[in-house]
Amino acid sequence: MNTSPIFSGLNRETFEHKNSTTYTKKAKRGLSEELVCHISSQKKEPQWMLNIRLQGLREFQKKPLPTWGPNLSSLRLHDIIYYATPDELVEENRSWDEVPADIKKTFERLGIPEAEKKMLAGVGAQYESETVYHRLKTEWEKQGVIFEDMDVALQKYPDLVKKYFMTMCVPINDHKFAALHAAVWSGGTFLYVPKEVHIRQPLQAYFRMNAKNMGQFEHTLLILEEGADAHYIEGCSAPKYGADSLHAGCVEIFVHKNARMRYSSVENWSSDTYNLNTKRAIVMENAHMEWVGGNMGSGVTMLYPCSVLLGKRAHAEHLGIAFAGSGQIQDTGAKVFHSASDTTSNVMMKSISKDGGKSIYRGLIQVAPHAKNIVANSTCDALILDDHSHSDTIPQMNIQNNTASITHEASAGSISEEDIFYLQTRGLSYDEATSMAVNGFIEPIVKQLPLEYAVEMNRLIELEMEGSVG
Amino acid sequence: MRNSEKMFQFFTIAHAFLVDIYRATYYGEITIFSYVQYMLTQLRINNLHVKVDEKEILHGIDLSIQQGEVHALMGPNGSGKSTLSLALFGHPRYHITQGSIFISEQDITTLAPHKRAHLGLFLTFQSPQAIPGVTISTFLKQAINAKRRAQQPAQPSLKIREYRDILQNTMNELQMPPEFADRYLNSGFSGGERKKSEILQMALLQPTIVVLDEIDSGLDVDALRIVCEHINRLRKKQQMGILIITHYPRILSYIKPDYVHVLMDGRIVTSGTYTLAHQIETRGYEQVTARL
Repeated sequence: MNTSPIFSGLNRETFEHKNSTTYTKKAKRGLSEELVCHISSQKKEPQWMLNIRLQGLREFQKKPLPTWGPNLSSLRLHDIIYYATPDELVEENRSWDEVPADIKKTFERLGIPEAEKKMLAGVGAQYESETVYHRLKTEWEKQGVIFEDMDVALQKYPDLVKKYFMTMCVPINDHKFAALHAAVWSGGTFLYVPKEVHIRQPLQAYFRMNAKNMGQFEHTLLILEEGADAHYIEGCSAPKYGADSLHAGCVEIFVHKNARMRYSSVENWSSDTYNLNTKRAIVMENAHMEWVGGNMGSGVTMLYPCSVLLGKRAHAEHLGIAFAGSGQIQDTGAKVFHSASDTTSNVMMKSISKDGGKSIYRGLIQVAPHAKNIVANSTCDALILDDHSHSDTIPQMNIQNNTASITHEASAGSISEEDIFYLQTRGLSYDEATSMAVNGFIEPIVKQLPLEYAVEMNRLIELEMEGSVG
Repeated sequence: MRNSEKMFQFFTIAHAFLVDIYRATYYGEITIFSYVQYMLTQLRINNLHVKVDEKEILHGIDLSIQQGEVHALMGPNGSGKSTLSLALFGHPRYHITQGSIFISEQDITTLAPHKRAHLGLFLTFQSPQAIPGVTISTFLKQAINAKRRAQQPAQPSLKIREYRDILQNTMNELQMPPEFADRYLNSGFSGGERKKSEILQMALLQPTIVVLDEIDSGLDVDALRIVCEHINRLRKKQQMGILIITHYPRILSYIKPDYVHVLMDGRIVTSGTYTLAHQIETRGYEQVTARL
């Protein structure tokens, strides 16, 4: 398997709005009922889906912006392109020679294969993993596994989609951006794993990332029936030329009785993006949900993967890394609702702030009155690499049953001068020593990532640390 | 002796010889020329004055250590021993206000710490820092490669296999279990394990001049003996020059110094041979230095 193109937008300035003028030529800006109907008819959707979209639109228009968290007032909602058909999405046939030298260098440092480099740079070469994907797909289909583009799934499996789509997990009126998502969603992933089916190989959304119009309001719906076992990986592709400024995806996961789900994602949007993503899992009896996430890009991120533990002995594991660089706010965290007895959760978050970046951990642990013997642990460690960067920890706990055992540990600090000096005396330069220590800091989470992601994550840190002499 | 036995013997010797050469090439010691340079490494400290937080701790230290020699720097607590070792490696809080440090012909007084390491200098820390999340194996691979690159920029990095072999062999020699390399560097280590980790690093980085800063601290008698045996072996193998910084003379019965220097209040007040260490052991610093 090739390395996935996740951390490639390191020199973001050069990526951003390179091509914005070509985008504006055809696609319309702003949101209207007309647009919502247009999207639905373009996709030949059933009436009930159009109803969801229209309800989403009404809720979106009604609801105010969140009054907590990062300031979103400069998000110009009327100026965003909410939908564009592939032929409206003008993508210049750019040649490899036109790609800026520093981007090429970044690709080389990350060790990304040639074919992928071209795709990432927007040169638009077809990515060769398609054949690999098809082989796997046939294998899965034999077991009754459905792994499809969300739009395709809606056409092929309308009943399944209707049952689960923004009904029980993330309701349409959950919050302003969930409502917006309902109105304009497009593309995404649908996964259905039947009873007792175990998929050994991780399912990678990345296999299907050739579609040009992907990633802005994508919907991910993952359903694991009883006793099923799967690992789904979503590596957000590199920031694209002319990237849009708002990302409001939605992930809904159903982990039925005795099933095990691991969801890994790495998000790396270009730094002018508002990443306002909603991710939630419903976890039934004795089922196991694991979130492993890395948030690297975006100007503003608000993302709090949520586990609703509905069945007895359900377990949730939340592991995350957030990296806030210059001009970035990473407002991330985890939410766990313990709604049944004997449920357990474990949250481990690490954040790195650098060059004026700000990272906030926002967590919620809620224990329902009838839920007995809850065990919930959370640990948040913040690394602040210079004195103009910031970190905050805002843990909220709402414990309504006194048999619960809850722990929360938080630490914040910088890399010690003594650590760096020690590594330097062994022959590592200041930058090498710093990235080694930073990589060590995130290691407990990185080691949970698939190998190729872990390797890229470590390389990313090395690149970010270059020239960071404090 | 039968022919087959002779053949066997020949191959055994030839193999050992080739392995030696093979190892030597890793560290860029293969040419006679560089071997001669290697022999000549010398650390020279001239009139070194060092300030920490605006306070002068060292008031003019002169010391010269040739590869192959063992020097002991003894002194009571607070005499400036550790200040000297940290200043030698360019610790950012230790400011050299006067004087100079040379490695052979190169002035390293203001050189970055890692470049001093590339020139063959090595310091064992009194209490080495723990770096959680970084395995000994990962760390040492990067450190070895950094040194190789510095010495011969054209030299490619060690292949994973080559590195693994070198690491395993060295750990075998030091009687360390293989799992040791997978542990996070000094993280959760006992005092003895930390010192072992330092020795392993020393063995792999192959320095020419080594400063042992209170290597005896936190070790019981048996552990100290074992650590010293390893150091002695490495010393012979790598022709190291050693500066032992110590409070207690005990370590000097395991690693015999050629020269002993006594540091008091930031000055070397007397120098001598091993017998000086004996006098300190029996009479203490005050009496020995009072005669001066």
